Amino acid sequence: MSVTLPALIPARTPRRLFLARFAGHRAAVAAALLLASLFIACFSAPLLEAWLGVDPTAVDLMGRFAPPDAAHWLGTDELGRDVLARLLRGGQVSLTVGMLTALLAGLIGAAIGLVAGYRGGRLDQALMRVTDLVVAIPVLPLLIILAALDPAKLPLPAWLTQDGSFSLWRMVLIIALFGWTTVARLVRAATLSVRRRDHVRAAVALGASPLRVVLVHVLPNVVSPLAVATTLSVGNVILAESVLSFLGLGIQPPLPSWGNMLTNAQELIWTAPALAVYPGLAIFATVVCFNLLGDGLQDAADPRSGADRR
Amino acid sequence: MMARLLLDRLLQSILVLLAVSFIVYMLIGLMPGDPIDAMIAADPNLTSADAARLKALYGLDRPLVERWGRWLLALLSGDLGYSRLYAQPVADILAPRLANTLSLLVPALLLTAALALPIGVAAARRPGGWLDASVNLLCFAGISVPPFWLALLLIILFAVTLGWLPAGGMETLGGEGGLADRLRYMVLPVATLVLLTLGAHVRHVRAAMIEALRQDHVRTARAKGASEARVVWVHALRNALLPVVTVLALEFGALFGGALVVETMFAYLGMGKLIYDAILGNDYNVALAGLLAVTTMVLAGSMLADLAYWALDPRVTYRGGDGT
Repeated sequence: MSVTLPALIPARTPRRLFLARFAGHRAAVAAALLLASLFIACFSAPLLEAWLGVDPTAVDLMGRFAPPDAAHWLGTDELGRDVLARLLRGGQVSLTVGMLTALLAGLIGAAIGLVAGYRGGRLDQALMRVTDLVVAIPVLPLLIILAALDPAKLPLPAWLTQDGSFSLWRMVLIIALFGWTTVARLVRAATLSVRRRDHVRAAVALGASPLRVVLVHVLPNVVSPLAVATTLSVGNVILAESVLSFLGLGIQPPLPSWGNMLTNAQELIWTAPALAVYPGLAIFATVVCFNLLGDGLQDAADPRSGADRR
Repeated sequence: MMARLLLDRLLQSILVLLAVSFIVYMLIGLMPGDPIDAMIAADPNLTSADAARLKALYGLDRPLVERWGRWLLALLSGDLGYSRLYAQPVADILAPRLANTLSLLVPALLLTAALALPIGVAAARRPGGWLDASVNLLCFAGISVPPFWLALLLIILFAVTLGWLPAGGMETLGGEGGLADRLRYMVLPVATLVLLTLGAHVRHVRAAMIEALRQDHVRTARAKGASEARVVWVHALRNALLPVVTVLALEFGALFGGALVVETMFAYLGMGKLIYDAILGNDYNVALAGLLAVTTMVLAGSMLADLAYWALDPRVTYRGGDGT
């Protein structure tokens, strides 16, 4: 009768449903596109610099606070450096820190959540108590202390601490140290429900090792909360990095980041308020986009949570 | 029940405080410029043997755990030590700073609650409508804005451009002082804190209200002919309040993080700025005591949240199902 019908209707695979739901979330799609263009712009900064003939590190004390012109699209800063070029270079650093830290924190959180949820019992309780402890700590002052630690007093090789991007790696490490708790709780909750499912019990009955069960049978089923929490945490990481860098404790000049570009902004608000606007706007727009993207992913991955909220 | 719960939470909080104090004590020793470093820098004639003798004199050659234990014992006997930056006993510095911070945080929290409730309820009445969509977008803006940048923008707008409010500080120098003057200096810091936290609270209120409005008893109330206002503000809101109050209490701790940035930006002499200055100025005793005070606040907030939950919802029981 209807031989062609199956070919006309695309199979409703979970992935297609997910993509369809995500595409219906207009704000999230717009955020994803905006983030993609931001990435492309920041990481193609050398091309733009060559084209405009500007150098993000070139100091020009005669051309301080220059208004925007053909070469300096956003003008120059208090040292006569091109603001746009520094904005793009700073974006490279801030985005890199944001993504790497979120990935590292996601990794730590996933490991702790999987172990706690799958093993259960005493180990679970102990790990969750540690999570509660980290949540109870006022993070910002501790981040300040960790960022202010003297690298010379730590058992680290000199070549590492002398390296120009040491402050970048330090940022990634210390923010990840406190950023894994949400992921751990979500992954643990998801693991608890997955581990009682038949396919997991079948794998255990067939004699699969715990590591294999967790990695092959549990992990794929907790990927969506993991991805959502990690995406949402990128925004928070970028905010934390910007605060620390702004306070002079995060990314160290001459390496620019959106946060440390604002360090001098407070003294300059009377002379050049525009300098305080651009980097902040970049942080703000990026964090909004990551949060909208995470929100869209959440709705797409878990339609019930979406029904709750709209 | 209640006593058992309180005791349990109290013990847990003390453990957390001990752990935090040890971690901070250990980390602070790794910061650049300990007191002996400062003495060496101040006196070029100081030999390394002198430095070692000084270390022994101040007990700095003892193991970390022993030094921490001594510090803890002194703390328990009420001795917080002496501040290097302010040359005063730490306790004398801490108390007024804490009061200053609370006089920012309490109004900010109350104002946030007073704004979040009507906004969240209004958004929840037509989920997906234009009001809901715009509120949602504003919430995203609120949770995504860098705190120091928001403060900077408010300073540029209200202090630099319009000249309505002071850019920072506590009171007009050489002025009459008085409450009205103090309040003028509090407007921008409090406004910054409210704008920073409002988004998250509105989202919580909205989610709780949508959930509450779908309950059977709300439909029953509507069916019995209760006015829409009564249904929303009495029948639904009562159930929505529970999670909202909990989050509000939990957030009180998180507000301290915001306070650190806001106080630094507005040169407001509160706990946050005190801790920040102490960390950067190697004022160990002040930094330690300040951090512990803040952690205590955070823990008290989460304990209050638990208690509020327990008090507001008779269904919630802790350990065992003997609740009603």
